[in-house]
Amino acid sequence: MKFFFNKRREEEDFRKKTEIILELRRNAKEIRKDILKIIYKTKSPHIGSSLSCVDILTALYFRILKIYPSNPEFPHRDRFILSKGHGCPALYATLVRRGFFKKEILDKFAVDNGTLEQHPTCNISLGIEASTGSLGHGLSMGIGMAISGKYDKSNYRVFVLMSDGECNEGSVWEAAMFAPKHNLDNLIAIIDYNKIQAMNRTNEIVSLEPLVDKWKAFGWATHEINGHDFREIIETLEQVPFETDKPSVIVAHTIKGKGVSFMEDKVLWHFRHPNEEEYKAAWRELK
Amino acid sequence: MREIFFDTLMNIAKNNDRIFLLAGDVGYGIFKKYKNTFPKRMINVGVAEANLIGIGAGLSLSGKNVYCYSITPFITTRCFEQIRIDLCYQNLDVKLVGSGAGLTYGLEGMTHHAIEDISIMRSLPNMTVVAPGDPIEYKAIARLSVSQKGPMFIRLEKKYKPKIHSDSTKFKIGKGSIIDEGNDITIIATGSMLHTAKIVSDELRKRGISATLISMHTIKPLDETLILDCAKNSNAIFTIEEHSIIGGLGSAVSEVLSEVSYSGLFKRIGLPDKYHNTVGTPEYLRKKCSLTPEQIEKTIIKLYKK
Repeated sequence: MKFFFNKRREEEDFRKKTEIILELRRNAKEIRKDILKIIYKTKSPHIGSSLSCVDILTALYFRILKIYPSNPEFPHRDRFILSKGHGCPALYATLVRRGFFKKEILDKFAVDNGTLEQHPTCNISLGIEASTGSLGHGLSMGIGMAISGKYDKSNYRVFVLMSDGECNEGSVWEAAMFAPKHNLDNLIAIIDYNKIQAMNRTNEIVSLEPLVDKWKAFGWATHEINGHDFREIIETLEQVPFETDKPSVIVAHTIKGKGVSFMEDKVLWHFRHPNEEEYKAAWRELK
Repeated sequence: MREIFFDTLMNIAKNNDRIFLLAGDVGYGIFKKYKNTFPKRMINVGVAEANLIGIGAGLSLSGKNVYCYSITPFITTRCFEQIRIDLCYQNLDVKLVGSGAGLTYGLEGMTHHAIEDISIMRSLPNMTVVAPGDPIEYKAIARLSVSQKGPMFIRLEKKYKPKIHSDSTKFKIGKGSIIDEGNDITIIATGSMLHTAKIVSDELRKRGISATLISMHTIKPLDETLILDCAKNSNAIFTIEEHSIIGGLGSAVSEVLSEVSYSGLFKRIGLPDKYHNTVGTPEYLRKKCSLTPEQIEKTIIKLYKK
Protein backbone atom coordinates (compact mmCIF):
# COMPACT_ATOMS: atom_id res chain seq x y z
CA MET A 1 0.00 0.00 0.00
CA LYS A 2 2.77 2.37 0.97
CA PHE A 3 4.48 1.73 -2.34
CA PHE A 4 1.23 2.45 -4.15
CA PHE A 5 0.73 5.79 -2.38
CA ASN A 6 4.31 6.82 -2.97
CA LYS A 7 3.95 5.98 -6.61
CA ARG A 8 0.73 7.93 -6.83
CA ARG A 9 2.32 10.93 -5.19
CA GLU A 10 5.24 10.70 -7.60
CA GLU A 11 2.86 10.56 -10.51
CA GLU A 12 0.95 13.56 -9.21
CA ASP A 13 4.19 15.48 -8.68
CA PHE A 14 5.26 14.60 -12.18
CA ARG A 15 1.91 15.72 -13.60
CA LYS A 16 2.09 18.98 -11.67
CA LYS A 17 5.65 19.68 -12.79
CA THR A 18 4.75 18.90 -16.38
CA GLU A 19 1.84 21.32 -16.18
CA ILE A 20 4.11 24.01 -14.76
CA ILE A 21 6.62 23.48 -17.52
CA LEU A 22 3.95 23.56 -20.21
CA GLU A 23 2.65 26.82 -18.77
CA LEU A 24 6.18 28.27 -18.73
CA ARG A 25 6.67 27.22 -22.35
CA ARG A 26 3.42 28.95 -23.31
CA ASN A 27 4.57 32.13 -21.58
CA ALA A 28 8.02 31.95 -23.16
CA LYS A 29 6.48 31.55 -26.58
CA GLU A 30 4.29 34.62 -26.15
CA ILE A 31 7.29 36.58 -24.87
CA ARG A 32 9.34 35.54 -27.91
CA LYS A 33 6.51 36.65 -30.20
CA ASP A 34 6.38 40.06 -28.53
CA ILE A 35 10.16 40.42 -28.83
CA LEU A 36 10.04 39.57 -32.53
CA LYS A 37 7.20 42.02 -33.12
CA ILE A 38 8.72 45.03 -31.37
CA ILE A 39 12.17 44.48 -32.82
CA TYR A 40 10.82 44.03 -36.35
CA LYS A 41 8.57 47.07 -36.04
CA THR A 42 11.29 49.39 -34.77
CA LYS A 43 14.23 47.85 -36.67
CA SER A 44 16.01 47.46 -33.34
CA PRO A 45 19.16 45.44 -32.72
CA HIS A 46 19.82 42.57 -30.27
CA ILE A 47 17.13 40.07 -31.20
CA GLY A 48 19.57 37.16 -30.72
CA SER A 49 20.57 38.41 -27.25
CA SER A 50 16.92 38.85 -26.27
CA LEU A 51 15.76 35.42 -27.45
CA SER A 52 18.72 33.82 -25.72
CA CYS A 53 17.57 34.78 -22.20
CA VAL A 54 13.78 34.35 -22.55
CA ASP A 55 13.58 30.99 -20.81
CA ILE A 56 15.67 32.19 -17.87
CA LEU A 57 13.52 35.32 -17.52
CA THR A 58 10.31 33.31 -17.80
CA ALA A 59 11.42 30.88 -15.10
CA LEU A 60 12.48 33.74 -12.83
CA TYR A 61 9.39 35.91 -13.26
CA PHE A 62 6.79 33.12 -13.20
CA ARG A 63 8.26 30.70 -10.65
CA ILE A 64 11.14 32.12 -8.65
CA LEU A 65 11.05 35.86 -7.94
CA LYS A 66 9.00 37.07 -5.01
CA ILE A 67 7.60 40.12 -6.75
CA TYR A 68 4.28 41.90 -6.70
CA PRO A 69 3.19 43.56 -9.96
CA SER A 70 0.45 45.47 -8.12
CA ASN A 71 2.95 46.64 -5.49
CA PRO A 72 6.21 46.85 -7.44
CA GLU A 73 7.99 48.92 -4.78
CA PHE A 74 7.35 46.51 -1.90
CA PRO A 75 10.59 46.89 0.11
CA HIS A 76 11.10 43.16 0.69
CA ARG A 77 10.62 42.13 -2.96
CA ASP A 78 13.30 40.14 -4.73
CA ARG A 79 15.38 42.31 -7.07
CA PHE A 80 16.22 41.43 -10.65
CA ILE A 81 18.82 43.40 -12.59
CA LEU A 82 19.18 42.85 -16.31
CA SER A 83 22.87 43.69 -16.41
CA LYS A 84 22.98 42.72 -20.10
CA GLY A 85 20.74 45.73 -20.77
CA HIS A 86 20.75 45.20 -24.54
CA GLY A 87 18.52 42.16 -24.02
CA CYS A 88 15.76 44.41 -22.65
CA PRO A 89 13.14 43.57 -25.28
CA ALA A 90 12.98 40.24 -23.42
CA LEU A 91 12.62 42.02 -20.07
CA TYR A 92 9.89 44.36 -21.35
CA ALA A 93 7.91 41.50 -22.87
CA THR A 94 8.29 39.46 -19.67
CA LEU A 95 7.16 42.35 -17.47
CA VAL A 96 4.09 42.79 -19.67
CA ARG A 97 3.26 39.10 -19.48
CA ARG A 98 3.75 39.14 -15.70
CA GLY A 99 1.40 42.12 -15.32
CA PHE A 100 3.80 44.95 -14.45
CA PHE A 101 2.49 47.08 -17.25
CA LYS A 102 -0.02 46.95 -20.08
CA LYS A 103 0.85 45.49 -23.44
CA GLU A 104 0.21 48.84 -25.15
CA ILE A 105 3.39 50.16 -23.58
CA LEU A 106 5.33 47.96 -26.00
CA ASP A 107 4.13 50.31 -28.75
CA LYS A 108 6.21 52.91 -26.94
CA PHE A 109 9.43 50.91 -27.41
CA ALA A 110 12.15 52.62 -29.45
CA VAL A 111 9.94 55.35 -30.96
CA ASP A 112 9.92 59.14 -30.70
CA ASN A 113 8.38 60.25 -27.41
CA GLY A 114 8.42 56.61 -26.34
CA THR A 115 8.59 55.04 -22.89
CA LEU A 116 11.06 52.21 -23.36
CA GLU A 117 14.57 52.58 -24.80
CA GLN A 118 16.75 49.95 -26.41
CA HIS A 119 18.62 49.80 -23.09
CA PRO A 120 16.50 50.04 -19.93
CA THR A 121 16.14 53.00 -17.60
CA CYS A 122 15.52 52.40 -13.91
CA ASN A 123 11.80 52.67 -13.18
CA ILE A 124 10.85 50.65 -10.14
CA SER A 125 7.15 51.28 -10.61
CA LEU A 126 7.46 49.47 -13.95
CA GLY A 127 9.55 46.70 -12.41
CA ILE A 128 12.86 47.91 -13.86
CA GLU A 129 15.31 47.93 -10.96
CA ALA A 130 18.33 49.61 -12.55
CA SER A 131 19.52 51.51 -15.61
CA THR A 132 21.75 49.26 -17.66
CA GLY A 133 23.12 49.12 -21.17
CA SER A 134 26.78 49.67 -20.57
CA LEU A 135 28.07 46.24 -19.59
CA GLY A 136 29.70 45.46 -16.28
CA HIS A 137 27.57 47.67 -14.02
CA GLY A 138 24.82 45.34 -12.81
CA LEU A 139 26.73 43.01 -10.53
CA SER A 140 28.17 45.84 -8.43
CA MET A 141 24.75 47.45 -8.08
CA GLY A 142 23.40 44.03 -7.12
CA ILE A 143 26.06 43.78 -4.42
CA GLY A 144 24.95 47.15 -3.02
CA MET A 145 21.36 45.92 -2.89
CA ALA A 146 22.43 42.64 -1.30
CA ILE A 147 24.46 44.42 1.41
CA SER A 148 21.50 46.70 2.07
CA GLY A 149 19.15 43.72 2.36
CA LYS A 150 21.40 42.03 4.92
CA TYR A 151 21.83 45.27 6.84
CA ASP A 152 18.05 45.77 6.98
CA LYS A 153 17.55 42.10 7.92
CA SER A 154 15.28 41.66 4.92
CA ASN A 155 15.02 38.29 3.24
CA TYR A 156 14.97 39.55 -0.31
CA ARG A 157 17.34 38.11 -2.87
CA VAL A 158 19.11 39.88 -5.72
CA PHE A 159 19.36 38.20 -9.13
CA VAL A 160 21.70 39.67 -11.75
CA LEU A 161 21.62 38.41 -15.32
CA MET A 162 24.83 39.04 -17.24
CA SER A 163 25.98 38.18 -20.72
CA ASP A 164 29.11 36.23 -21.56
CA GLY A 165 30.58 39.17 -23.48
CA GLU A 166 29.95 41.24 -20.37
CA CYS A 167 32.50 39.09 -18.54
CA ASN A 168 35.15 40.84 -20.70
CA GLU A 169 34.64 43.86 -18.44
CA GLY A 170 37.13 44.26 -15.59
CA SER A 171 34.45 45.64 -13.28
CA VAL A 172 32.69 42.24 -13.33
CA TRP A 173 35.77 40.70 -11.74
CA GLU A 174 36.13 43.51 -9.22
CA ALA A 175 32.60 42.63 -8.13
CA ALA A 176 33.30 38.90 -8.33
CA MET A 177 36.19 39.30 -5.87
CA PHE A 178 34.17 41.39 -3.46
CA ALA A 179 30.90 39.46 -2.99
CA PRO A 180 32.28 36.22 -1.46
CA LYS A 181 34.34 38.15 1.10
CA HIS A 182 31.09 39.66 2.36
CA ASN A 183 29.18 36.36 2.48
CA LEU A 184 26.46 37.62 0.18
CA ASP A 185 24.43 34.44 -0.13
CA ASN A 186 21.41 36.59 -1.06
CA LEU A 187 23.11 37.42 -4.38
CA ILE A 188 22.67 35.22 -7.45
CA ALA A 189 24.48 35.93 -10.71
CA ILE A 190 23.31 34.21 -13.86
CA ILE A 191 25.41 34.19 -17.00
CA ASP A 192 23.57 33.85 -20.28
CA TYR A 193 26.36 31.87 -21.91
CA ASN A 194 25.37 31.72 -25.58
CA LYS A 195 29.03 31.91 -26.60
CA ILE A 196 28.53 34.72 -29.08
CA GLN A 197 29.21 38.39 -28.45
CA ALA A 198 28.83 41.39 -30.74
CA MET A 199 31.55 40.68 -33.26
CA ASN A 200 32.67 37.08 -32.77
CA ARG A 201 32.33 33.91 -30.81
CA THR A 202 33.40 34.61 -27.23
CA ASN A 203 36.38 32.24 -27.32
CA GLU A 204 37.74 34.00 -30.42
CA ILE A 205 38.13 37.27 -28.52
CA VAL A 206 39.36 36.62 -24.98
CA SER A 207 40.07 33.57 -22.86
CA LEU A 208 36.72 33.36 -21.12
CA GLU A 209 37.15 29.68 -20.41
CA PRO A 210 37.29 27.97 -18.01
CA LEU A 211 34.38 30.20 -16.97
CA VAL A 212 32.85 28.08 -14.22
CA ASP A 213 36.26 27.40 -12.68
CA LYS A 214 37.03 31.11 -12.69
CA TRP A 215 33.93 31.89 -10.63
CA LYS A 216 34.66 28.95 -8.36
CA ALA A 217 38.20 30.20 -7.83
CA PHE A 218 36.82 33.64 -6.93
CA GLY A 219 34.80 32.02 -4.13
CA TRP A 220 31.34 31.62 -5.65
CA ALA A 221 29.12 28.54 -5.38
CA THR A 222 28.57 27.50 -8.97
CA HIS A 223 26.07 25.54 -11.03
CA GLU A 224 26.08 24.85 -14.74
CA ILE A 225 22.76 24.34 -16.50
CA ASN A 226 21.02 24.20 -19.85
CA GLY A 227 19.44 27.66 -19.96
CA HIS A 228 16.53 26.47 -22.10
CA ASP A 229 15.49 23.44 -20.02
CA PHE A 230 12.80 24.71 -17.66
CA ARG A 231 13.04 21.72 -15.37
CA GLU A 232 16.75 22.30 -14.90
CA ILE A 233 16.43 26.09 -14.58
CA ILE A 234 13.70 25.85 -11.94
CA GLU A 235 15.30 23.06 -9.95
CA THR A 236 18.57 24.98 -9.86
CA LEU A 237 17.06 28.35 -8.98
CA GLU A 238 15.00 26.74 -6.23
CA GLN A 239 18.21 25.63 -4.55
CA VAL A 240 19.80 29.06 -4.11
CA PRO A 241 21.89 29.81 -2.19
CA PHE A 242 23.85 26.74 -3.22
CA GLU A 243 26.07 27.16 -0.18
CA THR A 244 25.51 29.12 3.03
CA ASP A 245 27.45 32.40 3.18
CA LYS A 246 28.47 32.23 -0.48
CA PRO A 247 27.08 34.12 -3.46
CA SER A 248 25.75 31.82 -6.19
CA VAL A 249 26.50 31.88 -9.88
CA ILE A 250 24.66 29.93 -12.54
CA VAL A 251 26.43 29.51 -15.85
CA ALA A 252 23.50 28.89 -18.17
CA HIS A 253 24.41 27.38 -21.52
CA THR A 254 22.11 28.99 -24.03
CA ILE A 255 21.68 29.47 -27.75
CA LYS A 256 21.75 32.96 -29.17
CA GLY A 257 18.53 33.57 -31.13
CA LYS A 258 16.84 30.56 -29.48
CA GLY A 259 13.43 29.79 -30.94
CA VAL A 260 13.95 30.99 -34.51
CA SER A 261 15.94 28.35 -36.38
CA PHE A 262 17.73 30.63 -38.83
CA MET A 263 18.76 33.05 -36.06
CA GLU A 264 20.11 30.40 -33.73
CA ASP A 265 23.82 30.45 -32.94
CA LYS A 266 24.61 33.19 -35.47
CA VAL A 267 26.81 36.23 -34.75
CA LEU A 268 24.83 38.18 -37.35
CA TRP A 269 21.70 38.33 -35.21
CA HIS A 270 23.40 40.21 -32.42
CA PHE A 271 22.72 43.45 -34.25
CA ARG A 272 20.66 42.62 -37.34
CA HIS A 273 16.90 43.17 -37.39
CA PRO A 274 14.66 40.95 -39.53
CA ASN A 275 13.30 42.14 -42.86
CA GLU A 276 9.69 41.41 -43.81
CA GLU A 277 10.40 38.00 -45.24
CA GLU A 278 12.51 36.97 -42.25
CA TYR A 279 9.90 38.34 -39.89
CA LYS A 280 7.18 36.22 -41.49
CA ALA A 281 9.38 33.13 -41.44
CA ALA A 282 10.24 33.70 -37.78
CA TRP A 283 6.58 34.31 -36.91
CA ARG A 284 5.59 31.00 -38.50
CA GLU A 285 8.14 29.21 -36.34
CA LEU A 286 6.99 30.87 -33.13
CA LYS A 287 3.26 30.42 -33.78
CA MET B 1 40.92 69.51 6.83
CA ARG B 2 39.48 66.12 5.75
CA GLU B 3 39.21 65.14 9.40
CA ILE B 4 36.92 68.13 10.05
CA PHE B 5 34.57 66.93 7.30
CA PHE B 6 34.57 63.30 8.42
CA ASP B 7 34.30 64.07 12.15
CA THR B 8 31.22 66.21 11.44
CA LEU B 9 29.76 63.46 9.26
CA MET B 10 30.49 60.84 11.91
CA ASN B 11 28.58 62.78 14.52
CA ILE B 12 25.60 62.93 12.17
CA ALA B 13 25.93 59.23 11.31
CA LYS B 14 25.56 58.37 15.01
CA ASN B 15 21.92 59.37 14.74
CA ASN B 16 21.36 58.44 11.11
CA ASP B 17 21.68 54.72 10.45
CA ARG B 18 21.16 55.18 6.70
CA ILE B 19 24.61 56.72 6.22
CA PHE B 20 27.14 54.33 4.65
CA LEU B 21 30.77 55.07 3.93
CA LEU B 22 32.65 53.22 1.19
CA ALA B 23 36.40 53.65 0.87
CA GLY B 24 38.70 52.60 -1.94
CA ASP B 25 41.45 51.32 0.35
CA VAL B 26 42.58 54.78 1.44
CA GLY B 27 41.97 56.81 4.59
CA TYR B 28 43.42 54.52 7.26
CA GLY B 29 43.62 57.19 9.95
CA ILE B 30 40.26 58.73 9.16
CA PHE B 31 38.21 55.58 9.04
CA LYS B 32 39.53 53.73 12.07
CA LYS B 33 36.95 55.58 14.17
CA TYR B 34 34.16 54.80 11.68
CA LYS B 35 35.09 51.15 11.55
CA ASN B 36 34.99 50.92 15.34
CA THR B 37 31.74 52.84 15.68
CA PHE B 38 29.79 51.56 12.64
CA PRO B 39 31.45 48.33 11.50
CA LYS B 40 28.56 47.43 9.20
CA ARG B 41 28.29 50.85 7.60
CA MET B 42 31.96 51.47 6.82
CA ILE B 43 33.20 49.22 4.04
CA ASN B 44 36.66 49.21 2.51
CA VAL B 45 35.72 48.04 -0.97
CA GLY B 46 39.34 47.64 -2.00
CA VAL B 47 41.27 49.11 -4.88
CA ALA B 48 38.30 48.74 -7.20
CA GLU B 49 36.65 52.10 -7.76
CA ALA B 50 34.24 50.99 -10.51
CA ASN B 51 32.87 48.33 -8.16
CA LEU B 52 32.83 50.87 -5.33
CA ILE B 53 30.57 53.28 -7.21
CA GLY B 54 28.29 50.46 -8.38
CA ILE B 55 27.92 49.23 -4.80
CA GLY B 56 27.15 52.79 -3.74
CA ALA B 57 24.44 52.94 -6.39
CA GLY B 58 22.94 49.63 -5.26
CA LEU B 59 22.91 50.79 -1.64
CA SER B 60 21.28 54.06 -2.65
CA LEU B 61 18.67 52.25 -4.76
CA SER B 62 17.85 50.43 -1.51
CA GLY B 63 17.37 53.62 0.46
CA LYS B 64 20.84 54.28 1.88
CA ASN B 65 22.73 57.57 1.99
CA VAL B 66 26.17 56.78 0.64
CA TYR B 67 29.57 58.50 0.81
CA CYS B 68 32.32 57.17 -1.47
CA TYR B 69 35.87 58.13 -0.61
CA SER B 70 39.23 57.99 -2.31
CA ILE B 71 41.96 60.26 -3.65
CA THR B 72 40.29 62.69 -6.05
CA PRO B 73 41.38 61.29 -9.45
CA PHE B 74 40.49 57.75 -8.38
CA ILE B 75 36.99 58.61 -7.17
CA THR B 76 36.21 60.78 -10.21
CA THR B 77 38.01 59.88 -13.43
CA ARG B 78 38.96 56.26 -12.70
CA CYS B 79 35.31 55.26 -12.37
CA PHE B 80 33.81 57.95 -14.56
CA GLU B 81 31.32 55.76 -16.40
CA GLN B 82 29.89 54.32 -13.18
CA ILE B 83 29.44 57.90 -11.94
CA ARG B 84 27.81 58.93 -15.21
CA ILE B 85 25.32 56.08 -15.48
CA ASP B 86 24.85 54.53 -12.04
CA LEU B 87 24.82 57.80 -10.09
CA CYS B 88 23.99 60.69 -12.42
CA TYR B 89 21.58 59.05 -14.85
CA GLN B 90 19.78 57.30 -12.00
CA ASN B 91 20.06 60.52 -9.96
CA LEU B 92 21.01 58.78 -6.71
CA ASP B 93 21.90 60.26 -3.33
CA VAL B 94 25.55 59.29 -3.44
CA LYS B 95 28.39 61.60 -2.47
CA LEU B 96 31.86 61.35 -3.99
CA VAL B 97 34.36 62.65 -1.49
CA GLY B 98 37.71 63.31 -3.11
CA SER B 99 40.85 63.80 -1.09
CA GLY B 100 43.08 66.31 -2.82
CA ALA B 101 42.36 69.63 -4.47
CA GLY B 102 44.73 70.41 -7.32
CA LEU B 103 48.33 69.88 -6.24
CA THR B 104 47.59 68.62 -2.70
CA TYR B 105 49.49 65.40 -3.35
CA GLY B 106 52.44 67.34 -4.78
CA LEU B 107 55.32 64.92 -4.35
CA GLU B 108 53.22 61.90 -5.22
CA GLY B 109 53.14 63.09 -8.77
CA MET B 110 50.76 63.62 -11.64
CA THR B 111 48.74 60.44 -11.07
CA HIS B 112 47.54 61.86 -7.75
CA HIS B 113 47.07 65.49 -8.79
CA ALA B 114 43.49 66.64 -9.34
CA ILE B 115 43.42 69.27 -12.02
CA GLU B 116 40.53 68.29 -14.32
CA ASP B 117 38.07 66.88 -11.77
CA ILE B 118 35.82 69.92 -11.36
CA SER B 119 35.56 70.37 -15.10
CA ILE B 120 34.61 66.74 -15.66
CA MET B 121 32.19 66.45 -12.73
CA ARG B 122 30.58 69.77 -13.63
CA SER B 123 29.66 68.50 -17.08
CA LEU B 124 27.51 65.71 -15.64
CA PRO B 125 23.75 66.36 -15.46
CA ASN B 126 22.30 66.07 -11.92
CA MET B 127 25.75 66.41 -10.32
CA THR B 128 26.38 69.00 -7.61
CA VAL B 129 30.00 70.14 -7.25
CA VAL B 130 31.36 71.67 -4.06
CA ALA B 131 34.80 72.64 -2.78
CA PRO B 132 34.79 73.96 0.79
CA GLY B 133 37.58 76.32 1.77
CA ASP B 134 37.82 76.82 5.54
CA PRO B 135 36.91 74.76 8.62
CA ILE B 136 33.49 76.39 8.88
CA GLU B 137 32.69 75.54 5.28
CA TYR B 138 33.96 71.97 5.78
CA LYS B 139 31.55 71.51 8.69
CA ALA B 140 28.69 73.16 6.82
CA ILE B 141 29.16 71.11 3.66
CA ALA B 142 29.35 67.87 5.68
CA ARG B 143 26.08 68.81 7.39
CA LEU B 144 24.29 70.00 4.24
CA SER B 145 25.44 67.07 2.13
CA VAL B 146 23.40 64.63 4.21
CA SER B 147 20.08 65.97 2.98
CA GLN B 148 21.34 66.88 -0.50
CA LYS B 149 19.36 65.13 -3.25
CA GLY B 150 21.17 63.50 -6.15
CA PRO B 151 24.88 62.85 -6.68
CA MET B 152 27.43 65.28 -5.30
CA PHE B 153 31.18 65.70 -5.67
CA ILE B 154 32.95 67.10 -2.60
CA ARG B 155 36.55 68.19 -3.13
CA LEU B 156 38.66 68.21 0.03
CA GLU B 157 42.07 69.57 0.94
CA LYS B 158 44.44 67.85 3.38
CA LYS B 159 46.42 70.63 5.05
CA TYR B 160 44.73 72.60 7.81
CA LYS B 161 43.75 76.17 6.96
CA PRO B 162 42.53 78.67 9.58
CA LYS B 163 38.96 79.91 9.86
CA ILE B 164 37.80 82.68 7.55
CA HIS B 165 34.08 82.65 8.28
CA SER B 166 32.62 83.23 11.72
CA ASP B 167 31.11 80.24 13.49
CA SER B 168 27.61 81.57 12.99
CA THR B 169 27.82 81.97 9.18
CA LYS B 170 24.87 80.38 7.39
CA PHE B 171 25.51 78.37 4.24
CA LYS B 172 23.37 77.08 1.46
CA ILE B 173 24.52 74.79 -1.32
CA GLY B 174 24.35 76.79 -4.55
CA LYS B 175 24.78 80.16 -2.82
CA GLY B 176 28.16 81.84 -2.67
CA SER B 177 29.28 83.62 0.52
CA ILE B 178 30.47 87.21 0.60
CA ILE B 179 33.57 87.46 2.77
CA ASP B 180 34.77 91.01 2.02
CA GLU B 181 32.85 93.83 0.42
CA GLY B 182 34.65 96.30 -1.83
CA ASN B 183 34.05 98.83 -4.59
CA ASP B 184 36.82 98.22 -7.11
CA ILE B 185 37.16 94.59 -8.04
CA THR B 186 35.64 91.19 -7.32
CA ILE B 187 37.63 88.09 -6.45
CA ILE B 188 35.79 84.79 -6.65
CA ALA B 189 37.69 81.91 -5.10
CA THR B 190 36.90 78.31 -4.35
CA GLY B 191 38.08 75.53 -2.04
CA SER B 192 41.77 75.25 -1.45
CA MET B 193 42.44 78.77 -2.79
CA LEU B 194 40.04 80.54 -0.45
CA HIS B 195 42.67 81.16 2.18
CA THR B 196 45.14 82.49 -0.42
CA ALA B 197 42.40 84.70 -1.88
CA LYS B 198 41.70 86.17 1.56
CA ILE B 199 45.37 87.13 1.98
CA VAL B 200 45.31 88.68 -1.49
CA SER B 201 42.15 90.62 -0.74
CA ASP B 202 43.61 91.98 2.52
CA GLU B 203 46.90 92.96 0.86
CA LEU B 204 45.15 94.69 -2.03
CA ARG B 205 43.09 96.70 0.40
CA LYS B 206 46.31 97.93 2.02
CA ARG B 207 47.40 99.05 -1.44
CA GLY B 208 44.20 100.95 -2.07
CA ILE B 209 42.28 98.40 -4.13
CA SER B 210 39.11 97.37 -2.39
CA ALA B 211 37.92 93.92 -3.36
CA THR B 212 34.69 92.05 -2.89
CA LEU B 213 35.75 88.53 -1.98
CA ILE B 214 33.34 85.71 -2.69
CA SER B 215 33.76 82.14 -1.52
CA MET B 216 32.17 80.07 -4.26
CA HIS B 217 32.07 76.79 -2.37
CA THR B 218 29.43 75.49 -4.80
CA ILE B 219 30.60 75.42 -8.39
CA LYS B 220 27.50 73.66 -9.62
CA PRO B 221 24.80 74.84 -9.41
CA LEU B 222 26.57 78.17 -9.71
CA ASP B 223 25.25 81.25 -7.90
CA GLU B 224 24.62 83.26 -11.07
CA THR B 225 22.67 85.96 -9.24
CA LEU B 226 25.64 86.78 -7.05
CA ILE B 227 28.01 86.82 -10.04
CA LEU B 228 25.73 89.18 -11.94
CA ASP B 229 25.49 91.44 -8.88
CA CYS B 230 29.27 91.57 -8.73
CA ALA B 231 29.44 92.25 -12.46
CA LYS B 232 27.24 95.33 -11.98
CA ASN B 233 29.33 96.69 -9.16
CA SER B 234 32.95 96.09 -10.14
CA ASN B 235 35.31 96.97 -12.95
CA ALA B 236 37.21 93.73 -12.81
CA ILE B 237 36.48 90.12 -11.85
CA PHE B 238 39.17 87.59 -10.99
CA THR B 239 38.57 83.91 -10.32
CA ILE B 240 41.06 81.90 -8.29
CA GLU B 241 41.13 78.13 -8.18
CA GLU B 242 43.58 75.27 -7.80
CA HIS B 243 42.32 73.57 -10.95
CA SER B 244 43.01 73.76 -14.65
CA ILE B 245 41.82 77.03 -16.11
CA ILE B 246 39.80 74.88 -18.51
CA GLY B 247 36.39 73.93 -17.22
CA GLY B 248 36.63 74.86 -13.55
CA LEU B 249 35.37 77.82 -11.54
CA GLY B 250 36.84 80.36 -13.95
CA SER B 251 35.16 78.78 -16.94
CA ALA B 252 31.87 78.52 -15.09
CA VAL B 253 31.97 82.21 -14.15
CA SER B 254 33.02 83.23 -17.67
CA GLU B 255 30.04 81.35 -19.09
CA VAL B 256 27.76 83.55 -17.01
CA LEU B 257 29.60 86.79 -17.81
CA SER B 258 29.88 86.19 -21.54
CA GLU B 259 26.14 85.80 -21.83
CA VAL B 260 25.52 89.23 -20.30
CA SER B 261 28.28 90.91 -22.32
CA TYR B 262 30.23 91.95 -19.23
CA SER B 263 32.42 94.84 -20.31
CA GLY B 264 34.86 94.86 -17.39
CA LEU B 265 38.14 93.06 -17.01
CA PHE B 266 37.91 89.32 -16.44
CA LYS B 267 40.78 86.99 -15.63
CA ARG B 268 40.90 83.31 -14.68
CA ILE B 269 43.71 82.51 -12.26
CA GLY B 270 44.38 78.81 -11.90
CA LEU B 271 46.59 75.97 -13.01
CA PRO B 272 47.86 76.00 -16.58
CA ASP B 273 46.55 73.45 -19.06
CA LYS B 274 49.38 70.99 -18.56
CA TYR B 275 50.49 68.02 -16.46
CA HIS B 276 53.03 68.84 -13.80
CA ASN B 277 55.97 66.52 -14.02
CA THR B 278 58.12 68.78 -11.90
CA VAL B 279 58.91 67.11 -8.59
CA GLY B 280 57.89 69.19 -5.62
CA THR B 281 55.74 69.83 -2.58
CA PRO B 282 52.34 71.47 -3.09
CA GLU B 283 53.82 74.81 -2.01
CA TYR B 284 56.68 74.49 -4.49
CA LEU B 285 54.37 73.49 -7.36
CA ARG B 286 51.85 76.24 -6.59
CA LYS B 287 54.69 78.76 -6.76
CA LYS B 288 55.72 77.28 -10.12
CA CYS B 289 52.14 77.91 -11.26
CA SER B 290 52.09 81.48 -9.90
CA LEU B 291 49.49 80.65 -7.26
CA THR B 292 51.11 82.08 -4.11
CA PRO B 293 49.36 85.10 -2.53
CA GLU B 294 52.20 87.41 -3.60
CA GLN B 295 52.16 86.16 -7.19
CA ILE B 296 48.39 86.45 -7.47
CA GLU B 297 48.47 89.92 -5.97
CA LYS B 298 51.04 90.93 -8.58
CA THR B 299 48.97 89.46 -11.40
CA ILE B 300 45.87 91.32 -10.27
CA ILE B 301 47.64 94.66 -9.80
CA LYS B 302 49.38 94.37 -13.16
CA LEU B 303 46.15 93.71 -15.02
CA TYR B 304 43.99 96.10 -13.02
CA LYS B 305 46.36 99.04 -13.28
CA LYS B 306 46.94 98.57 -17.01
